[in-house]
Amino acid sequence: MLTTLFGISIFVFIVLRVIPGDSITGSLGIETGALSETQIQALREYYGIDKSLIGQYLSWMTSFLRGDLGFAYSNGVSVLELTKAALPVTMELALVGTVLGVIMGISVGIFSASKPGSIRDFAGQFFGLLALAIPGFVLSTALVTIMANKFQYFPNGLEYMTPWQNLSTNLQQMLFPGLVLGIAVAAPVMRTTRSALLETVDKDFVRTAHGKGVKARTVQFKHVLRNSLIPIVTMTGIQFGYLLGGAVIVEKIFALPGMGRQILDAINKREYATVQSSVMIFAILFVTINLLTDLIYRKIDPRIK
Amino acid sequence: MTTPLLSIKNLQVQTSHDHRALVNGVSFDILPGEALGVVGESGSGKTLTALSILGLLPRGVEIASGEINYHGTDLVSTDRETLRNIRGNKISMMYQDPMTALNPVMKLGDQLLEVLDSHKVDISDRQSHVIAALKDVGIPDPQRAMDSYPHEFSGGMRQRIIIAMALLLSPELIIADEPTTALDVTIQQQILALVSEERRKRKMSMLWITHDLGVVANLVDKVIVMYAGRIVESGTTAEIFSNPQHPYTAGLLASLPKASDRNRTRLVSIPGIPPKPWSIGNSCAFADRCQFATEKCKNELPTLKENSKTVAACFNLIGEKK
Ligand SMILES: Nc1ncnc2c1ncn2[C@@H]1O[C@H](COP(=O)(O)OP(=O)(O)OP(=O)(O)O)[C@@H](O)[C@H]1O
Ligand SMILES: [Mg+2]
Repeated sequence: MLTTLFGISIFVFIVLRVIPGDSITGSLGIETGALSETQIQALREYYGIDKSLIGQYLSWMTSFLRGDLGFAYSNGVSVLELTKAALPVTMELALVGTVLGVIMGISVGIFSASKPGSIRDFAGQFFGLLALAIPGFVLSTALVTIMANKFQYFPNGLEYMTPWQNLSTNLQQMLFPGLVLGIAVAAPVMRTTRSALLETVDKDFVRTAHGKGVKARTVQFKHVLRNSLIPIVTMTGIQFGYLLGGAVIVEKIFALPGMGRQILDAINKREYATVQSSVMIFAILFVTINLLTDLIYRKIDPRIK
Repeated sequence: MTTPLLSIKNLQVQTSHDHRALVNGVSFDILPGEALGVVGESGSGKTLTALSILGLLPRGVEIASGEINYHGTDLVSTDRETLRNIRGNKISMMYQDPMTALNPVMKLGDQLLEVLDSHKVDISDRQSHVIAALKDVGIPDPQRAMDSYPHEFSGGMRQRIIIAMALLLSPELIIADEPTTALDVTIQQQILALVSEERRKRKMSMLWITHDLGVVANLVDKVIVMYAGRIVESGTTAEIFSNPQHPYTAGLLASLPKASDRNRTRLVSIPGIPPKPWSIGNSCAFADRCQFATEKCKNELPTLKENSKTVAACFNLIGEKK
C-alpha cells in the first residue's frame, strides 16, 4: 500500500515534468519570451525548479511528509490552506455521489432480479446499460443546459455555499453533480446486485430458510440480500476510485471549488507542488476507502479473519 | 386400517421449460409413526420427490401433476401461507450437505430461533428451548454455539445443528435427504443413531432417503426402491432384504459390503449407468442392465404388481425363477 502511494508520487512528479511548459510559462504565458537569462534564473529559484529533478522530488517529498504541502504561488497561500477549503467539498460530493449511486444501484438491482427475464428486468438492465454508456461530461452538460434554460434553475450558478453557511443551497449545489457521479456508480452496482441476488436465491441455505417456514419476504432480506452484500460492497469500493476521477471533471463543470478543480487549475499554471500534493491526498483518500471496504467486509462476512 | 399421515398419489415432476419427466407416477403412503426408506442410485429422483412434499423444488423444475395429501390438505395445490405454516413446524427436513445448508453470515442461534419465530408456537423461553435442542443432539457448550457462525464448526457438528433445527418443533414428519453422506463413517453411525433415537422418543414419522440400502436397514419399517424416476419395488424392510423380487433391488443388495468380507474386495456393483428418466419409451428402464431381460422387457413398460413378498414392477420376478 505504501509502495502504491510511493509509485503514484513518482508517476505524478514525472508526468508533470514531461508536459511542456513550467511554472514560469504557466504564470507568465508568452511573456516568458521577453525575460532575460538572469530573470529566468531568478524565477526558477523562486519556484524551486532550479534544482535537479531528484533534488526537487526529495525536497517536495520531505516537506510533504512533514505536513508541509508546499506553496500555491498564484493564490499566495499554502497548499494546505487551499486544501482545507477544497477537500471537504470533494468529500461531500463523493459522499453524495456514492450514497445516491448505491441507493439507485441496489434498488434497480433488486427490482431487476425480482423477476428475471421479465419486462421489469429488461427495464432495469436497460437503465444499467444507459448509465454505463453515457459519459459523465455529456450528462452534466445536458443537465446544466436543460435545468438552466428550460427551468431557470441552476443553483451552481450562485456562489458556492458550505453546508454551514447555507445547508439548503449547498445541497442543491451538490444534487446535480452528485447525481451525475451517482449514476456512474449505480450502473455497475446495479449489475453486481442483480447477479449476486440471482446467484444467491439458488443457494442451499435459502432453501433451508424456506423449509423452516420463514416468510418469503424475510428470506429475501435476511438471507438473500445479506449474502449478496459482499460483492456489492466490493463493487462500491472499486467504483469509489472512478468516482474520485469523475469528480475532477464534474467539479469543473458545476463550478464546485473542490480538489478536482484545484488540481486542474494548478496543472494549467504548472504549480507543481499543488498538483503533486493534491494528487497525493486523492491517493491517500483512495487507499483509506479500500481499508474501510475491508473493515465493512469483516462486519458482514464472519468468515474473513 | 390407519389413515396415512402423508399420501402421495401419482406424482409427476418435470423440467419447466422442456417438460422432461424427472419423477414419474410415484405414489406412496407414510403412516403415523412409521419410518419409510427411499433407496436408489444417484439421479433416480429421490431428492425431487422429497422436495415436492414441502414445495421446495429448485428453479427450473415443477410438479406436473399428482397429489400430496396431508391431513386432508393437498400440498400441491394449497396456498403459500398454508404451506409455510407446515414447513419446519409439522413437516421438516434434514438436508444432504451440511456445508451449504446453513447461512454463512448469520449466527447459528438466530438461524435456529428463526424456526420458532416463523410459527405461532407456545414456547415461553425460546432461548433455552433452542439450547436444550442443541444439547439433545450432542453439541458441547450450546450457549457458545448460539453465538457462533457455521464456519466455526466441522461438518459433523453442522449436521447435528441441522438435525436440531429440524427437531425444534417436534414435527409429525421428518424428511431426511441423505443427511450423512457428506460425513465419515463413524460420525455417520453416531448421527443415524441419534436421529432414530429422537424419532422413537417423539413418535415421529420419517422419510429416509439414501442411495445405500445398508444405511436404512435398521432404521425403517418399509422400503421403496426408485429407478430412473419411478418406483420399481416396495415392501417391508424384512422382505426387501431377504426376498427382493426386482432384479434391481437384488443388485443393490448384492453390492452392499457384507460383514463377512472385511476387506471389501468382493464388492459387486450393477454394471452400466441408469438411463435418464425422460429417455425411456415403452420399455423397462432397467432392461439394458438386467441379466434376466427378455424381449418383452424392451417393448413393454412393467407396472407395479403385488406378488407374494413385495410389490414390484418386473416381468421376470426373482421368486418365480426358483
Ligand atoms: N434443477 C434441476 N433442473 C433440471 N434437472 C434436474 C434438477 N435437479 C435435478 N434434476 C434431474 O432430476 C433427476 C433426479 O434428481 P434427484 O436430485 O432427485 O436425484 P437423487 O435420486 O436425489 O440423486 P442423488 O442420490 O444424487 O441425490 C436427475 O436426473 C437430475 O439430473
Ligand atoms: Mg439427492
